[in-house]
Amino acid sequence: MKVLVAMSGGVDSAVAAARAQDAGHEVVGVHLALSRMPGVLRTGSRGCCTVEDSFDARRVADALGIPFYVWDFSQRFAAEVVEDFISEYSEGRTPNPCLRCNQHIKFQAVLERGLALGFDKVATGHYASVVEGPHGKELHRAATWAKDQSYVLGVLTAAQLEHCYFPLADTPSKEMVREEARARGFLVASKPDSHDICFIPDGDTRGWLAERVGVSTGPVLDEKGDVVGSHQGAHAFTVGQRKGLQLGFPAADGKPRYVLEVRPKTNEVVVGPKEMLAVSELAGSTMSFAGADPVVSGLAEDCSDEAGFGCSEFECQVQVRAHADPVDARARVSGGELIITVDQPLLGVAPGQSAVVYVGTRVVGQCTIDRTVSALAPAMRAHA
Amino acid sequence: MSIYLDHQATSPMPPEVLEDYTDALAIVGNPSSIHRAGQAARSMLENARERIAAVIDCEPIEVVFTSGGTEAINTALKGAVWAARASQGGLRPVIVSTAAEHHATLDAVTWLQHNADTEIHFVPVDALGVCDTVEYSKALEAGPVTLVTTLLANNEVGSLQPVTLMSALARDHNVAVHVDAIAALGYVPVSFHALGVQAMSLSAHKVGGPVGVGALILSRHYQAMEALHHGGDQQRSRSGTLDAAGAVAFATALELRENSRAHRFTELESLRNRLREGLSAAVPEIITRGSWDSRLPGNLHITVPGCEGDVLLYLLDERGIHVSTGSACQAGVPEPSHVLVAMGVDPSEARGALRFSLSYSHTAADIERVISVFPEVVDHARRAGLAAG
Repeated sequence: MKVLVAMSGGVDSAVAAARAQDAGHEVVGVHLALSRMPGVLRTGSRGCCTVEDSFDARRVADALGIPFYVWDFSQRFAAEVVEDFISEYSEGRTPNPCLRCNQHIKFQAVLERGLALGFDKVATGHYASVVEGPHGKELHRAATWAKDQSYVLGVLTAAQLEHCYFPLADTPSKEMVREEARARGFLVASKPDSHDICFIPDGDTRGWLAERVGVSTGPVLDEKGDVVGSHQGAHAFTVGQRKGLQLGFPAADGKPRYVLEVRPKTNEVVVGPKEMLAVSELAGSTMSFAGADPVVSGLAEDCSDEAGFGCSEFECQVQVRAHADPVDARARVSGGELIITVDQPLLGVAPGQSAVVYVGTRVVGQCTIDRTVSALAPAMRAHA
Repeated sequence: MSIYLDHQATSPMPPEVLEDYTDALAIVGNPSSIHRAGQAARSMLENARERIAAVIDCEPIEVVFTSGGTEAINTALKGAVWAARASQGGLRPVIVSTAAEHHATLDAVTWLQHNADTEIHFVPVDALGVCDTVEYSKALEAGPVTLVTTLLANNEVGSLQPVTLMSALARDHNVAVHVDAIAALGYVPVSFHALGVQAMSLSAHKVGGPVGVGALILSRHYQAMEALHHGGDQQRSRSGTLDAAGAVAFATALELRENSRAHRFTELESLRNRLREGLSAAVPEIITRGSWDSRLPGNLHITVPGCEGDVLLYLLDERGIHVSTGSACQAGVPEPSHVLVAMGVDPSEARGALRFSLSYSHTAADIERVISVFPEVVDHARRAGLAAG
């Protein structure tokens, strides 16, 4: 088949391209130009869209003898990832831009263009696997959980999974991928992993947001509503954050305080003790299923109503951050929301994050968290 | 069999040039050495300089060899500004250029603007990419102007600039003119003296010579201070060991290309016109860009509504047809062409640009093959555009 490999210039996508070729496919490499900063060189280990990364990807394509192109998706990236990131933060939510990029750019814009150009699949260097299940394609965790990236792919739909190809799925360790890259003679074999947010090259998310959202001083309140400090803009804070609060005086019990809530409309940040971060339920209305939905999969009963798809509760695990541990939970879809109840209270859940639901190694689906229910008080703590 | 339609990016080296080049490379001797080996190399180099001078109608001493077009342009522009600053005292240098220059010029003058206290006046171009001579005259009159710099032929849309008129107007104001004749060389007559300019940049690989060889033609009256200091060779404008073999290959390539131009200009123009007609008949919505009165014979520039240039490029490339989206990429990122934008083309339309640049080596069959695949390519690109737009 014809495979379009999205080559970031990193070691993972380089090995993915090589493996796709070894598997006998007709492979074409494409580097995505996502940032409008032509000529910017790499600094540290951040970013995947500098000119050096594009050259690195090209040299791997040369070594494989495959055609290579640079596709400009910077406008869509700006509109669907960067703007979303700014607007989510402005609303006091904590977005995951990598997930948005996978959702709207890599597996939508690139995939659609690739299919239109006659490709059968889009391959990337993600560590996750697509397997043929009884009800169609399923997305599963990678062989090694330490490198597993199924969380950031949790937004993929059944239609997208039909055309996804992750050649690194079964690799037990990153070191083996590097070893393979060395053996293949790729110059990127020892290239550091990229982390942080690619469009914030210096890693200063707070400063970057301040430039775009503006700076305005507001109060930091404790859980009782008393002013305990001030901040330079509520948008810079994330629920569960402990560092950088710069509070004037210690809490009565002397214990550290955490951000419990961000209120962008009134520019207030609420802090409190760690126990108050605990949530027992999380829910969101923007959801997707990675393959067959829970009813078709035989996990739950159909409870669809006027709000649309609905299903009865089923046992699952939920993961709320890329590198968080999954926790036991029960999930259901009701009233247009994916509602997840955790067995043990979960800390540091911020609206805007994605809650990815797993059954075993399989990704069932996800939602963007709109609201959470505190494990302490019976009253619902709604986040705007 | 692939069809190479990107001669304005670089043009393949004919066998005669390759032979002269490799023969010359085998000859030992630094042209600046005093011994007989050096003398032999110098003789080869000077012979090449004379051959080039004969083709472009200048004096041999006016030919300054460089490492290519970019260096020639940068030397002409920065050298002139630095020389003017040295001789004019505190007067701020002023460069008049056009809004549709090649990036080598655009980036050099922008650098001067930011780093050498130089004022730049960009004269607008019309919808065909041709310099507005009324605005140009006004810019000269607003003077004092240190230097005028313009393309002879636009490298993207192929329009020829009214350089003879521009140099005559500049002469009235006692202003020197540099012309970038890189895209024009070998396709239209390029006479240094007839153009009435004082400096001219040329590149060997665009006419089938080696990459890394170029020339700056400098009249004795044009002051260009050197950037590379080492002995003050070549009119004190460009030092460094002289590339005798490169000069020989450039001379042979230029003579061959001039011979083709003299005898096969009409043939090339007819092929290009057939391509235009064929593509327009196949996909009537395409818009051809640039002037049709005064144009490079091998250039066809189009924009295809509803398509991305890089998608069209990919689909043609997949079918073995090598074209360009027009402007060179900035770090591999296709930008809407500043030339098209200067011509008043909407940036979204400019993204659907394709440049076909033919040379004297093509056959009618090549052109028919391009025409035959074009409708399916556009259809495919449209669907890709709708899907990913």
